[in-house]
Amino acid sequence: MTTESETIEQAPGPPDMPDERVRRVGGFARLMTRPEIGAIAALVVVWVFFAIVAWDNNFVSMAATASILNRAAPLGILAVAVALLMIAGEFDLSIGSLIGFAGIALMLMVTPGSQGGFGLALGPAIVIALAITLVAGFFNGILVVTTKLPSFIITLGGLFIFRGLATAAARIRTSRTQLGGFTDIPGYETLNALLGQKIGIFGANFDIAILWWVGLTALATWVMLRTKVGNWIYGVGGDPNASRNVGVPVNGLKISLFVLTAFAAFLVALTQVTQFGGADSLRGEQQEFNAIIAAVVGGVLLTGGYGSVVGAAVGALIFALVQQGITITGVDADWFKVFVGAILVLAVIFNNYIRQRAQKR
Amino acid sequence: MIHNDSMSIPPILEVRSISKYFGSVIALQDVSMFVRPGEVTCLLGDNGAGKSTLIKTLSGVHKPTEGEYLFQGEPVEFDSPRQALDRGIATVYQDLAMIPLMSIWRNFFLGSEPTKGVPPLRRFDVTHAKQVTREEMSKMGIDIRDPDQPVGTLSGGERQSVAIARAVYFGAKVLILDEPTAALGVKQAGVVLRYILQAKQRGIGVIFITHNPHHAYPVGDHFVILRRGTVYGDYAKADVPLEQLVSMMAGGADLEALSHELETASRTHTGRAAEELAEAAEAFHAQAAEATEAPKGE
Repeated sequence: MTTESETIEQAPGPPDMPDERVRRVGGFARLMTRPEIGAIAALVVVWVFFAIVAWDNNFVSMAATASILNRAAPLGILAVAVALLMIAGEFDLSIGSLIGFAGIALMLMVTPGSQGGFGLALGPAIVIALAITLVAGFFNGILVVTTKLPSFIITLGGLFIFRGLATAAARIRTSRTQLGGFTDIPGYETLNALLGQKIGIFGANFDIAILWWVGLTALATWVMLRTKVGNWIYGVGGDPNASRNVGVPVNGLKISLFVLTAFAAFLVALTQVTQFGGADSLRGEQQEFNAIIAAVVGGVLLTGGYGSVVGAAVGALIFALVQQGITITGVDADWFKVFVGAILVLAVIFNNYIRQRAQKR
Repeated sequence: MIHNDSMSIPPILEVRSISKYFGSVIALQDVSMFVRPGEVTCLLGDNGAGKSTLIKTLSGVHKPTEGEYLFQGEPVEFDSPRQALDRGIATVYQDLAMIPLMSIWRNFFLGSEPTKGVPPLRRFDVTHAKQVTREEMSKMGIDIRDPDQPVGTLSGGERQSVAIARAVYFGAKVLILDEPTAALGVKQAGVVLRYILQAKQRGIGVIFITHNPHHAYPVGDHFVILRRGTVYGDYAKADVPLEQLVSMMAGGADLEALSHELETASRTHTGRAAEELAEAAEAFHAQAAEATEAPKGE
């Protein structure tokens, strides 16, 4: 008994007392260990670069800013979900194909029977298309968990399967792969107000999808930093076996995250169908890579266990910034890919350095 | 003597003649062992002796093919490690204990996060988690500098200690430690051995798996030696001198260094722990010379 109390007396003071061995790390040094810091620095550098190079082309303007954000929003929505999945240590390469798949599924539901569709009302059509897309995500997840094969391979299969299904189903039912006429569907106006409308600020048109992107980023950040599930996601990505040993439901969590990426694909598909008034089975091509690039540029570790949602959102913003910057300066668009590739490699090198610093702190 | 004092206390965990077969392979044959609350049972054996299989059986990963598993006097059967954990049997694995990229407090509460608020706003009580982490660690005699630092910045011994502190906090009644000192240097091993004594003083039954008798002897009350899947010997500390353990186990480490390390450790300690450490250090010192001359493989 005495031993116990004496031992405690030896221990350092109460938690709120400063410990003399904790070096006062300045705010800056502490900030330097955050996963998203590299992305924020890169964002500033890239923006300043284009602000100088494309000054004469009005890069620094409300209109150009609106275009950048409008491009970033759908990619950002995907990147949020992809970041969570990647932090948990898995990939989803099928997310781009799922955008085309979800769009076609929705359009087939609402297209009148005379044109080969199912002629459903908007509400039920959305519910059914959402359900089909989530099942596709569930299918990815259950395969990864039960076969224990790399999700890279499983979802690479998904990339082809879902794209193929979208094209084949559309062609069989309607003999076309582009389906229009969405704006004539009753209820379109409500959906457009929620997902498709543009908000004019100082003469520039901002998509309402930007708000969805920001909202989802905030929600996912809260989940990651302040909830049990967030702790599990970091844990599962860091070491699935250690997490399982302490009672984390590893398989259920991974399957849920695959369903989440499918949900993000559906949300983007719904937004695009609303904006463009129809679907194309080829929509969303290469978005799986762009979303992974956004997450990685944002500081998410490819092997899982580390990263942040804010970082992924910033990564999506950088992506859109470069795309818009190249377009606006009138440089041949072929150079865009060179730029994105270079930024990806630089970001990974820089993030790796930051992470090692965080470990040595 | 410690041994006599505890004779009256019934074992908290006991296995009786358990066997485990994998197809035609006999991993364990007729193994019996027990641990009492507030005691350390050391499980010694060379590679391939069946230590891992026995641990996995105790921690609920495997079910024994034959034999009885008793916990607090009642027969039990576990389908998963989680079930064993819920009963208070916590296993700390050598390399799977901690996630290096996560902070200490996130690691500490992984899988058992304290929450506050009502759904859908139920959230991880971060302030509470950080405070408890710090408090529990200092109760074990480890003062962590900053609960926010990633576990990867801790030394191997400190990581094992965090894992032990975590198991103790979450109500472990039995602590199974799988080679916690195997990958550690002499000094670091000393750190872990000290926490084993701390856990023991809190009334926890500790099963300490090791192949190093020099680590086992200072902290153990009871020694079970496994060889080729069977129990080769089962001794109370009073009945077996260190050099006999060493010769049964074969192989040796730097006794003098360990004795010195424990002596140093005893100075920073108080009460029974210090006595035990000092006693062990003395015993080491006296036996160091003998052990080097002791016939190997008796």
